[in-house]
Amino acid sequence: MRIFQALATGTVVGLAFGLAFCTLGSGPGIGAGGGIFLLALLSLWFLHRRVRAWRYQERDDDLLVGRGVLIRRLSVIPYGRMQYVEVTAGPIERIFGLSTVRMHTAAFASDARVPGLESAEAVRLRDQLAALGEARAAGL
Amino acid sequence: MTLDGSPGATDSGPRSDEWQRLHPLTPIVYVSRLALTIGIALALTGLDRRNSAGGVSELVVGAVVTVLIVIPAIVSVLVTRWRFDGEVLSITTGLLRRDSRQLPVARIQAVDLVQPLVARMLGLAELRIRLAGASGTRGRLAFLTEQDAARLRARLLAAHHGLDQETPEPGEWRILSVPVGRLIASVAISDIGLLALALAAATTSIALVAPQFLAGILGSAAPNLFAVGQAVVRRIFSEFGFTAAEAPDGLRVRSGLLQTTAETIPRGRVQAVRQVEPLLWRPLGWRRLEVDVAGGVSNRRGRHRSSARVTKTLLPVGSAQQANLLLSRVLGVGAPVLTRPPHRAIYKAPLGYHFLAAGHDQVHAVTVNGRLRKTTAWVPLEKVQSVRRVQGPIQRRLRLASVHLDTAGRRVHAIFRDRDSTESARLMETLAVLGRAARTRDLRATGPPPHPGVAPVP
Repeated sequence: MRIFQALATGTVVGLAFGLAFCTLGSGPGIGAGGGIFLLALLSLWFLHRRVRAWRYQERDDDLLVGRGVLIRRLSVIPYGRMQYVEVTAGPIERIFGLSTVRMHTAAFASDARVPGLESAEAVRLRDQLAALGEARAAGL
Repeated sequence: MTLDGSPGATDSGPRSDEWQRLHPLTPIVYVSRLALTIGIALALTGLDRRNSAGGVSELVVGAVVTVLIVIPAIVSVLVTRWRFDGEVLSITTGLLRRDSRQLPVARIQAVDLVQPLVARMLGLAELRIRLAGASGTRGRLAFLTEQDAARLRARLLAAHHGLDQETPEPGEWRILSVPVGRLIASVAISDIGLLALALAAATTSIALVAPQFLAGILGSAAPNLFAVGQAVVRRIFSEFGFTAAEAPDGLRVRSGLLQTTAETIPRGRVQAVRQVEPLLWRPLGWRRLEVDVAGGVSNRRGRHRSSARVTKTLLPVGSAQQANLLLSRVLGVGAPVLTRPPHRAIYKAPLGYHFLAAGHDQVHAVTVNGRLRKTTAWVPLEKVQSVRRVQGPIQRRLRLASVHLDTAGRRVHAIFRDRDSTESARLMETLAVLGRAARTRDLRATGPPPHPGVAPVP
């Protein structure tokens, strides 16, 4: 998943700022710059782990979505329970050619979101889910 | 109930599916709801200006206010029409912005008959229809005559169950009712009742010990006192005379002192059931049952409605025996074996561990949670929307995980809390497989959803 790139740009900017402070500033400037640099590195690492933890699997009858590093979540969403599929792409996502696929069920607590998919893959997943959902639809 | 069309102002012939209007007396009901408030406001202003020469102006203000309320109500009655053709109930309303709704009968989740006090005196009733789906889909017909409302309800439910819509409303038999004394006692020892009692005790003690401060304290605390008192009174009034009855088309639940409500929960529309046992009720063996039905009633014009109740009360207070009776009626038979989480869960949930238990069989899942308010939730596996496994850092250290069952209801949460890690992983699989089996069984029993055109069927 390439969401990593998208999220990373923010922190890379932070890194650049930190380096700039380090080289240009003096005294307290170096301290602040170094702090920002370290923080950016740290958040980059957290981000890396978070993105790595996000995964999904299409099974015969349901979709598995797992995420989370500290709090690990894993959802099983039967295709038959799907109300509609939504593909969204925000401005930053669009720069990197990414999309988020979201699957809605009648329950509010259901959380089936797969961010950072390549747009072509997102469209394929959407069509796949829609077709499977129609085949297995069940009443409330 | 007459079956052949007897002539009348709003009477529909049984077969007629032409457009109908609301009852012409409807504005009176709307005005009467606000009459008390207006009266009080007028009295207060009148008191203020008693000395000034303004006796006539008050009357004028009152008349203007009344007209301002009456006119929109009259207009809404004039422009609202409804029609039921056997499959779809259409409601059209709105003067400037036409708003027309189609309510397919196959998606009905519940039908309620509500009668405020004044409407009851006039022989009118409001019909509320709950549909599955987004919050925007609801139907509300206020007001019809009692016979019309009852007949339309019977037609809707008959059509919903796939019968000929002229099937007369089937007979019902009473299962249980809640005595007034028990209801009042149960509210008195519930959380809000205890708060009210404490406030009353504090007020009286102040009055006895230091009467000179009484006026000041009462003045500042009056809004809160009023709110608490209102909540207690509303709870008693709304659940007064509670009766549950069983009819072939569903469970009928009636209650109310001034405003009566008759709710019908069609068969197989229950998303989840919850049983609550507060701390103080437990020695008496009392419990409360609530049913989650998909889709809420929401109303564009918020002023015309009481609080939205997504959860329906199935039993305000009752014994274990009564609760079990209702449960078996709503969910069918079957009592899954409950198992406890491993003992190490006590480190993660030192208080909650006491009651924690959960289990499932082929048809239902049952979970028990809570310490002060012991809450038991039943979820039919065919209604499960998704299964979630959540594992926090402490749980991971203790090799525990929680499994949530998400349903379309909004209040009832079934959580297999703090189960063993490997057990929870197995649970994810079995619950998904059982849910699928239950859904296909459900489909085969009732046939495919009758309205593929309205799909994605919720």
